[in-house]
Amino acid sequence: MSQQTANIIEMKDVYKSFGTLHVLRGISLEVKKGETLVIIGQSGTGKSVTLRLMIGLLVQDSGDVFFEGNSVKDMDEFALVSMRKRMSMLFQGGALFDSLTVGENVAFGLRAQGEKDEAKIRSIVTERLGQVGLPGTEDKMPSELSGGMKKRAALARSIAEMPELILYDEPTTGLDPIMSDAIADLILETRAALKDMNVTSIVVTHDMHVATKTADRIVMLHGGNVVGEGPPEYFEEIRERDKNNLKSKQEEMIRQFVRGEAVGPIMPQTS
Amino acid sequence: MLDKIQELGGGITDGLRGVGRVFFLFTDTVKWLFRSLPIFRVLLWQLYFIGVQSIPVIITTGAFTGLVLAYESYFQFQKLGVTSWVGPLVAVSLVSQLGPVLSGLMLAGRVGGAMAAELGTMAVTEQIDALETMGTDPVYYLVLPRVLASTLLAPLLNAFATFVGIAAGFTLTIYGLGVDPHFLFKETFKFLDWYDFLVGIVKAGVFGCVMSLICCYKGINTRGGAEGVGKATTEANVASCITILMLNLFLTMVLMLLDPFGGK
Ligand SMILES: Nc1ncnc2c1ncn2[C@@H]1O[C@H](COP(=O)(O)OP(=O)(O)OP(=O)(O)O)[C@@H](O)[C@H]1O
Ligand SMILES: [Mg+2]
Repeated sequence: MSQQTANIIEMKDVYKSFGTLHVLRGISLEVKKGETLVIIGQSGTGKSVTLRLMIGLLVQDSGDVFFEGNSVKDMDEFALVSMRKRMSMLFQGGALFDSLTVGENVAFGLRAQGEKDEAKIRSIVTERLGQVGLPGTEDKMPSELSGGMKKRAALARSIAEMPELILYDEPTTGLDPIMSDAIADLILETRAALKDMNVTSIVVTHDMHVATKTADRIVMLHGGNVVGEGPPEYFEEIRERDKNNLKSKQEEMIRQFVRGEAVGPIMPQTS
Repeated sequence: MLDKIQELGGGITDGLRGVGRVFFLFTDTVKWLFRSLPIFRVLLWQLYFIGVQSIPVIITTGAFTGLVLAYESYFQFQKLGVTSWVGPLVAVSLVSQLGPVLSGLMLAGRVGGAMAAELGTMAVTEQIDALETMGTDPVYYLVLPRVLASTLLAPLLNAFATFVGIAAGFTLTIYGLGVDPHFLFKETFKFLDWYDFLVGIVKAGVFGCVMSLICCYKGINTRGGAEGVGKATTEANVASCITILMLNLFLTMVLMLLDPFGGK
């Protein structure tokens, strides 16, 4: 898929704890420029924390996080801002600015990057809101939208400036199945539209349909580590494989997760 | 017993750490002020919210403080036969002490609480993180307009409270208690000089600045959902009120040393 094999993001042996809660335990992860990487894993395994480390909202306890070979932790304010100008993040909760209208939310990143042409901003806003299925909501306040609509407005905001790297934290959670599929299509479309920019996407999701549809590669996290990695076909194959043909504990975990079974090596609740 | 001492020690360390962090937020805010002007629309809204919408509260505070000062002191001075001293007492205490302190406390309640709650909600719903990822510094976008508006408007609101307080107090003294206005004003101008006004303005500005910094600090560092927002709001209120009261003593002492008229 990718023209280049250079890694846009690299995590090496990253540890991150909150007090006594050890979330990431030596995780290593590479994201190639131009690929769509899907991260799956149980609730609370640190998927959102991983995304936050990538964009520099959190700092790891040890290990390294690189963006194009530069350590994110060591970036000065200027380098961090210019890195963030090239990426965008869809937050799990949407994180729409509730003092601004939907239109202003979508336009925020464009304005922050110094876009002055109001007519151009308006046309991009209209286009993006149309793409996420929210035409004509420019002047609504976020509080007037339903949960799923908020999510989609936030999605419109995160793709507004056509960034090179998009981090999607659960883009379809809380949406109905039809809308979920439409959003998966939108992720693919965004990528196709930005083909010449060789856009990289990282999608965190629980939704295996979205995962297999959008991914070039899937990574599964569990217990603060990567337990499985491969193309969507690999995950689908394990899903269908017979229980007795699994070669490792990792494969057992993957099978359990993609089948959505409560019984298996993964406990429904982690400590 | 040892627990209690330890707890107190921990409390003091936390307090000092908080002072340090608020001071750091202050330097950061000042740095942004010189780097780029605040976003006009955001600043304008804050000026309106802090300034215009506080006027009713400020008028009420000023008026009733002036009235009670005049009423109480009249009967005290009557015993000494110097009822015209009501004038300087009302004026001096409002101009340099009660005006700035009470308007500061009222602002902390009305404006500071709202700041902490608004920024706290933004923090727990990841809006502040979203700002950062969009390359906009939260101190520049959120804190600077609030602190700037508070610092500029607090002295004005204080002047307003003071003026209304003196006017109300004098009106009561002259028309309600029958003191001769000639002597009332004469005594007042004997005790009141321009430095008292300067003290009042400086104090109010400092209170406005510090109050907004504390409330913004508490707001942007809020953790833990709706409960966290409630906690941050309460803490912001208590911390800013206590700080205003303590700073008032400190500023009174320092500014008295600097008084060209040699204090009173
Ligand atoms: N800022 C923080 N402070 C303290 N604990 C945190 C913080 N952020 C995350 N955690 C904890 O780290 C763990 C992993 O959180 P994270 O949000 O990454 O999970 P997740 O994999 O995204 O789960 P979900 O699928 O439910 O979103 C959780 O137990 C969470 O409570
Ligand atoms: Mg998450």
